[in-house]
Amino acid sequence: MSAKSFTEVTYRIRRYNPERDSAPHWEEYRIPYIPGMTVLDGLWKVKELRAPDLAWRSSCRMGVCGSCGMLINGKARLACNTQVTELGSDTVVVAPLPNFDIVRDLVPELAPMFDNHRALQPHLVREDARELDEPTGEFYQSAHELEQYLQFSYCIKCGCCMAACPTYATDALYSGPMPLGQAHRYNTDSRDGGFAARREVLAGEAGPWRCHYAGECSRVCPKGVDPAKAIQLMKRELVLDYLRLRKAKCPAKVAAKPSGVRRPEIPEAPAKTV
Amino acid sequence: MMRDQKLWTWHLAAGAVILVFLGLHMTVMHLDKIVLLASVNPAGGHPIDWQNVLARGKSAAFAVTYVVLLGAALFHGLYGLRNILFELDPARGLKRAISAVLLIVGIGLFVVGTWAAIASHTLAKAM
Repeated sequence: MSAKSFTEVTYRIRRYNPERDSAPHWEEYRIPYIPGMTVLDGLWKVKELRAPDLAWRSSCRMGVCGSCGMLINGKARLACNTQVTELGSDTVVVAPLPNFDIVRDLVPELAPMFDNHRALQPHLVREDARELDEPTGEFYQSAHELEQYLQFSYCIKCGCCMAACPTYATDALYSGPMPLGQAHRYNTDSRDGGFAARREVLAGEAGPWRCHYAGECSRVCPKGVDPAKAIQLMKRELVLDYLRLRKAKCPAKVAAKPSGVRRPEIPEAPAKTV
Repeated sequence: MMRDQKLWTWHLAAGAVILVFLGLHMTVMHLDKIVLLASVNPAGGHPIDWQNVLARGKSAAFAVTYVVLLGAALFHGLYGLRNILFELDPARGLKRAISAVLLIVGIGLFVVGTWAAIASHTLAKAM
């Protein structure tokens, strides 16, 4: 729909205040349309003009922080990354992300997702932990090795994939696409040596086995990450591991510093702040 | 604790076995006019004609085939059923009960089926 075809938009918002309401309900607000308005801009306008007590999460306004994931016109997306005009309607229907409890209004309770995420150790696991805290150099990693996990590292943990996943909706033990995708991201990182530690969780019921490959997680991801692919690749890795056919991976060593090359134009690294 | 990594791998392996052995079954029983296998249908005619059934029954290889296909199909099917039931999110105790019942049913059917395959093989050889 052309932006010129309307001057006002209707926001239909699912409201819920646990201190006041027994159940969620819908409320509608008419606000002026401003060209270039995102759904998040509209929410701010609703708060400014119609519902000062409306609650949601947002921060960066540029699709990086992952705070403003919500169900917009039936699809989980980032409010800051969604233009009102791209919805093709002058009615914007906004609800909190499904598959999570509601804290209030459009604020989902994401703690279970981050519990699952934490359980899968989403960080580099190495025996030389000291090198991570006090690096003496850089880990060697080829461009090909980087390619193996790069797209999965774009995940911003917004929870849109979790909200779209039909398996996570029904299976309380399933870790969900975000934690599993991130486990795969680190399992395939040549600098990581934590596969065995993550396998403790992945080999059981919380692992990728319940995935039906509906692919909704990949369809809704606002960053173009493909968690469904990560889950299938992870299944393959785990099957090969069970059959003892998985290639053992030595975590990347610290690369030797270049010698005999003078690069005076590159300044010294700043002092550590932490 | 039953590990899903192990069960899933066996599920895939069982699927591959079914693909091969069910293909063999289809070839022998239903594609006999296209794939002419004199060794499995020596009497000619229909594959379930008595003489053909008797000839296959005398073959130890066929008896083994039946048992392997039975085992693979039971595991593949019952593991799939277990997954479907688990997606209904039953309580932990009920999950254990489902796993136990399916395991007992699977072993029971496998024992009966294996006995039938061996008995028919023994009977055919005696005829």
